[in-house]
Parts: sequence; structure tokens; C-alpha cells
Amino acid sequence: MVLTNVTRRRRPSIRHYDSFGSRVFDALNIVVLVSLAAITVLPLLYVLAGSFASEAEIDSRPFFLWPEKFVTDAYDYMFATDVFIRAMLTTIGVTLVGTAIQVTLTLTMAYPLAKRHLPGRTLIINLVLFTLVFTGGMIPTYLVVRELSLLDSYWALILPLAINPFYLLIVKAFFQELPEALEEAARIDGCNELAVFWRIVLPLSKPVIATFALFYAVAICNDYMSPLLYINDENKWTLQVLVRQLTAPNSDSENVLNQQGSALFPLQGLKFAVIVLATAPILLVYPFLQKHFAKGVLIGSVKE
Amino acid sequence: MATDLVADRAPDPPKSTRGRVPRAAPKTPGRRLALLLRNRWLYLMLLPGVLYFLVFKYWPMYGLHIAFKDYVPFLGYSGSPWVGLEHFEELFTGPDFGRLMANTLILALLTVVFVFPAPIVVALLLNELRVRIVKRSVQSLIYIPHFLSWTIVASLTYLLFSADFGVLAGFIHDVVGGQRVDYVAQEEWFRPIIILQLLWKQTGWGTIIYLAALANVDTQLYEAARVDGAGRWRQLWHITVPAIRPAIVVMAILTSGNLMDSGFEQIWLMTTSLNRSTSEVFDTYVYYIGITQGAFSYSTAVGLFKGVVGVFLIVGSNWLAKRLGQRGLY
Repeated sequence: MVLTNVTRRRRPSIRHYDSFGSRVFDALNIVVLVSLAAITVLPLLYVLAGSFASEAEIDSRPFFLWPEKFVTDAYDYMFATDVFIRAMLTTIGVTLVGTAIQVTLTLTMAYPLAKRHLPGRTLIINLVLFTLVFTGGMIPTYLVVRELSLLDSYWALILPLAINPFYLLIVKAFFQELPEALEEAARIDGCNELAVFWRIVLPLSKPVIATFALFYAVAICNDYMSPLLYINDENKWTLQVLVRQLTAPNSDSENVLNQQGSALFPLQGLKFAVIVLATAPILLVYPFLQKHFAKGVLIGSVKE
Repeated sequence: MATDLVADRAPDPPKSTRGRVPRAAPKTPGRRLALLLRNRWLYLMLLPGVLYFLVFKYWPMYGLHIAFKDYVPFLGYSGSPWVGLEHFEELFTGPDFGRLMANTLILALLTVVFVFPAPIVVALLLNELRVRIVKRSVQSLIYIPHFLSWTIVASLTYLLFSADFGVLAGFIHDVVGGQRVDYVAQEEWFRPIIILQLLWKQTGWGTIIYLAALANVDTQLYEAARVDGAGRWRQLWHITVPAIRPAIVVMAILTSGNLMDSGFEQIWLMTTSLNRSTSEVFDTYVYYIGITQGAFSYSTAVGLFKGVVGVFLIVGSNWLAKRLGQRGLY
């Protein structure tokens, strides 16, 4: 066991020089960082516990991580009303279609921009860069969406966010790093640019595509500003709007759900449960993607 | 190697696409057309993306000119009358401007002081952590909030800090025996809560860039320093911190460009009728005046003012970074 420890150590000789102060620091450091992680996670665990607790328990106990009595009232109510189910389906649909569009547009635009021989490339890159520094802002963008008759349409949640310029530039940098010999070989074998892109470049880019698909999906699924700006129709609410409507201070939650306060209506529990519902999908895929995203976000950003 | 040999040949398409543009060739119309045709697939691929930028980024920029007009939706962009700088005068002389500027700048300042350094500190602490399992677990856990929406963060805040059944208020009432305070409705608690939210949500994610920079440090530097008798503090100060300085500069420039952006969603979600005196910033003001009250031209002027200041900030800080001998962003 001692042996494996030694082989695993990154800086083998360091322990030899350890002073007392250095060890105290190590201990303190662990305490600080572990508390930091605890502070990060505890509110989420509280919400999860609260969503399974009874109304009485939520009112009486200030903080708990394990309900005294497990009840599923909130979830039962949630899945019995179509408000939640509709919001969830809307969010899933918009996220899936939106992400597909975003990833497609980003990849197809990044690939030509990665070709240094392409005339006009610099101009387009500069136009993209400029949008990072300066934008039309909220009202002119709203007017454009209105002009296109996209108000109260699901497309308003997707199209204005179709390309994130930052992601575009990172993907472009990634494409530029791909070995050129592969593409040349394909071209000699008679592939045109489209075929090269489809058969050579895309298969090589799977990890990047996965990372940015995740980022886009999270962004569009979590978006609250677009529905706030562009959607008035209650039937087209997304989960985020529902979370807001239910948990906002002084919100008329009973009205939101067309429910007049009966004893069976688990109002407090619903506030917890809707947060869990809106958080769960992301946290469920998180462990599988966690490996990739740190790498993905650094592609192109730390070159030198 | 054999330039003369190549010279005799017909000018065939460039062997390597990287940086070897046949720039010497004269750009006659015919040649331009040939270039266009040869790259037709590439241009076709570019088309949807370029359209996106034109419609959703540049059309709004054109729309900015209504800041100098009295825009009436019925009359459209061209039909609405010009009014010059009227809306800007209204903004600068109006009663809201001082409060908006103060709220925006104070939040920006607090962000620079508390939120910006947090990931640097955490990254340095993580870097010193030698127990790898702990390091990994802490990292995985502190990344999580980045993936939560602002609506969720705001809802969590209400669950924890509001009076009716907030955890903190309940705890102080039940355990300490004090008053139930509605922290989320108090104007003096607005700023601390916003900063706490930012720290909770973004610190972990922010460490990624710095940790990557730290991972690239040559371990020989540390060995050499140790031979010279440097303790851990000295190693940190003379090797580790200089190693992440370029990353810090780039992040600082990016942050400075966003100083005027207070994060619309976050602030809007935490604004209540009671805390408006400290919570209202340019972003939420634009929404409030523009969308809910329909004053399109005036709120566009407010947004334009904010955007222009933002450009100056980013260009200025980049200039400053270069003056100070750093590489800068561009």
C-alpha cells in the first residue's frame, strides 16, 4: 500500500522537505475545500429532501437533509396536472430541436472559417468578433423577433440563440488543429468539401460535438430571458417559467395552477419538487459528461 | 527546395491549404469567379451561419438608430420621425440615471473585488491539494451549480433566505430566538445576496481555466526552487502565481467588458417591489421601460449608452494590459 502511494505521487520528493507549517496548511486546505464543496451541494440536497417531505414538516423544520416521513404528495400532484407535463414536454422539445440546430449551424459555419485559403474568411471572422464586443441589445433584438412574427412561437426560444459566437470561435480553432493530411487524402480519393466534412472531419470531432451539444442544451434548457421576452401564451410556458411562477415571492401560486387552496394542495412541497424536476435532467447526465467538458472548454482557449 | 522546377509548371491548386494562398496571382474577375466556384461548398456551408449573424446580430444593430427617433411600431423604422438626442437628454437629466449608474457600478465593483479573485484562490488551493481523490471530488462538486439556471438559483435563494419559510430566517427565529427577517426583500441585503449567488454559481467553473494554466507549469521549476531552498509559500509566489498571470489578465479584460452588464436574468429574478432602490440596474431598467411599458426608443437609447460604455471599457482595459507589458486579448 505504501508502495502504490509512492508511485502515484506527482511530486515524489516533496514529502521529504515537509515542514510542520506545510502540513498544517495541507490540513487546513482540505478543511476549507471540503466545506466549500459542502456549501455547494447542501442547498441541493435540502431541496431534494424537502420535495419528499410533508407540508407540516417543511413549515416546522428549518433545515433537514432527510425527511421524517417520506411522502410523494408534491410529485403525485405534479404529474396529475397537465401544467407541469406540458411545461416539461415544451422544454424537452425546444431543447432537443434547439440543440440540433445550434450544433449544426455552429459546425457548418466553423468549418469553412477554419480554411485559411477561403477568400472573405477574415471579413466574416471580424464580423463575428465584433458581435462579442457590441450588440444591438435587448429592445432592438426584441423588435427583430417581433418583425419576424416569432412572438409567442417556440422558434423565438431557439433562433435568436442559434449560434454562440464564443463556441463558434472555439470550434473553428479546433478544426484548424486537425491534421491536414487526412483531408488531402480524402480529396485525392475524390471527395468534395462536403464529403470531407461529413466523412473525415465530423467523426474526428465527436468529443467536441458532445461538449458543445451539452453547453447548448444547458443554455437553452435554462433560458429564462427568452420566454420572458417573447412568450405570453401560458400554454407555451417552459419549466423555467413555471419554476419562477411557483417560487417567486408573493406569487399567486394557487392561481398559476388553477387551484384554490385546499388542504390537499401541497403548495410548499411543489416549490421544492418543481426545482428538482427542472434540475434533475442536467444532474443526471452530468456524471457522464463531466470527463469531457473541462477538456472541451479548453480547446482553443489555451493555445500558447 | 526546387523553386525553378515548380515555376515551370502550371499554377496548380495550392498543395497545402494552410496559409499558402496563391496571393501573387492577379485577382481578375475571372479568377475571383473561379475561386468562388472552387469553394462553392464551403460558401454554401457558411450561408446559414452568416444569415444568422446578419438577422439576429446585425439587424438589431441597425435597429439601434431608433434611439434617435420616436419609434412607433405602426410607422416602422423608416416612417418614425427623427428626434436627435432627445432620449439621451431625458436619460442623463432624468431622476433615474444617478441611481442606475450607482447600482450598476457598485455591483460591478463588488464583483471585481469578491467574485473575480475567488476562482483564482480556489484554483491555487486545489493545486496545492495533494490527496487526489479529495481534489477530484471537490472539483466535480463545485462545478455543478454552473449548470443550474438562474431561476433555480433564485428559487433556492428564496427557499433559504425569505421570511415565510426561509431556512436562515427560520433558523434565527427558532434556534437563536431573534426576529424573522425577510432577507430577500430587504434593499440592504440585495447586494450581498447577488454576490453570494455569483460566488456559489460561478466560482467552481471559473477555476477550470486557471487549473489548466497551472497544469502546464514545468515541474522542474519547482524542483529547482526547492534545491534553492524555497518553501511552499515562495514556490507559490514566484512560480505558480506568475504562471497563471496571463490567464488572469485575459479574464480581467473579459470581465471589464461586462462591467456594465449586470446579468439581466439574475438581477431581474431577485428584484422585488421592495428592493428596487438598490436592485435596479441598466439591464433591468431597459426591460422594464421598454418591454413592459412600451417605450422602445427611450429604452433603446439606454441600452445603446450602456453598450458604448462597455466597448470603451473593453478597449481601454486591453490597452492598459498592453501598456503594463501583458499580451492582451487582441
